Amino acid sequence: MSTISELLIISIGSAFVSNVVLSQFYGLCPFLGVSKQLKTAGGMGAAVIFVITLASLVSALIYRFLLDPFGLDYLKTIVFILVIAALVQFVEMFLKRFVPSLYKALGVYLPLITTNCAVLGTALTNVQKEYSVLYSVVNGFATAVGFAISICILAGIREKMRYNNIPKAFQGMPIVLVTAGLMAIAFCGFSGLL
Amino acid sequence: MDNTKDKKTNPFINGIIKENPTFVLMLGMCPTLAVTTSAINGLGMGLTTTVVLTLSNIIISALRKVIPDKVRIPAFIVIIASFVTIVGQFLEAYLPALNSALGMFIPLIVVNCIILGRAEAFASKNGVFASALDGLGMGLGFSLALTLIGCVREVLGSFSIFGISFKAPLEAAGLSPIAIFVMAPGAFFVLAAIIAVMSVIRDKQLAAGKQTKIKDVRCDEDCAGCSDSSCVHRFYDPDGKDTAVGKKL
Repeated sequence: MSTISELLIISIGSAFVSNVVLSQFYGLCPFLGVSKQLKTAGGMGAAVIFVITLASLVSALIYRFLLDPFGLDYLKTIVFILVIAALVQFVEMFLKRFVPSLYKALGVYLPLITTNCAVLGTALTNVQKEYSVLYSVVNGFATAVGFAISICILAGIREKMRYNNIPKAFQGMPIVLVTAGLMAIAFCGFSGLL
Repeated sequence: MDNTKDKKTNPFINGIIKENPTFVLMLGMCPTLAVTTSAINGLGMGLTTTVVLTLSNIIISALRKVIPDKVRIPAFIVIIASFVTIVGQFLEAYLPALNSALGMFIPLIVVNCIILGRAEAFASKNGVFASALDGLGMGLGFSLALTLIGCVREVLGSFSIFGISFKAPLEAAGLSPIAIFVMAPGAFFVLAAIIAVMSVIRDKQLAAGKQTKIKDVRCDEDCAGCSDSSCVHRFYDPDGKDTAVGKKL
């Protein structure tokens, strides 16, 4: 199989079939917390795409050229989380200084992303599946796109739901969880795709 | 360090019931939903987290006067990640079945907000013994919640409990398990139902004029503009006093 078609299959698999939130349960906190309005959900999605793609690249490089050759595989959790935390800080400072318009759009979401388990989860999945650097970056990007798609769909539904009459006990978080569950059922339909 | 007996025993009970990390504080949702396909997995995840939480609470509390305030979060993360690595290696060697069932969620204990949240809110301000009790209590509260969710999902989704199947008599009676409960969507539904029940209890307590410890999770705010101290970014601002954090977010 050619590299292109392999990459395409990995992308579809990560974005839809095993969606990062709805079937892997990574990154639930921002998924539930920042999905009230489509606008902020879009910003969060964009910030996550940015950070996960970058984190996948950096962690794949570190694993391939530093941890793996020296047999330091067991240190990957510690190294990855520190690299991700430093990366988010660095990206925040860099954007603030050089791309203020992008910082204005994404800046507020960046501190929330450090503890988003989707970032560390994707970096570790790339290692576990023995992806090369290129495959890791593509997988990271596709995973994050899957996150952005699902958070935007949820935000769209929540915006409409504001006008609905929801039973008192289910108002707020419970109805959001039920909505997420129904979305997860819908995403189960993608499992026949590959 | 507080020497009164009251303060020493309180943190333990506190974590199990009054401030249960899952049902009351709504922390650590990712592992709560992901690994609770059976009661055993829920219990395993809960106990693994308890071990990491207790050990990291002890070390962080012992080092609380040595760690400079400005780099405390990275320092906490390194301590927690070290314990997660140790516990992960231990599970891989001695409990391979549990290790493969929990999979990626063992290394992801590092980013479980319960652990960082307790380090920031309790261990960095209290003595070693109190912190150990707090970690143990919070961990057991988490284990209890995960086991409960695991039980519900296992009973409904595969007609068994703690791996003991009672499928045969029920299937003979023409019933079949509701498979969706052990799949991803079931996790969302079970948690939604549990929180709805908690909300009803909270409303009843308030209506009776009693004080309630249950957090109102019918929060309608967007976290991007919110500084709720018991929320996603609880560890940034555990007491809601750090106004700089609220402004930044």
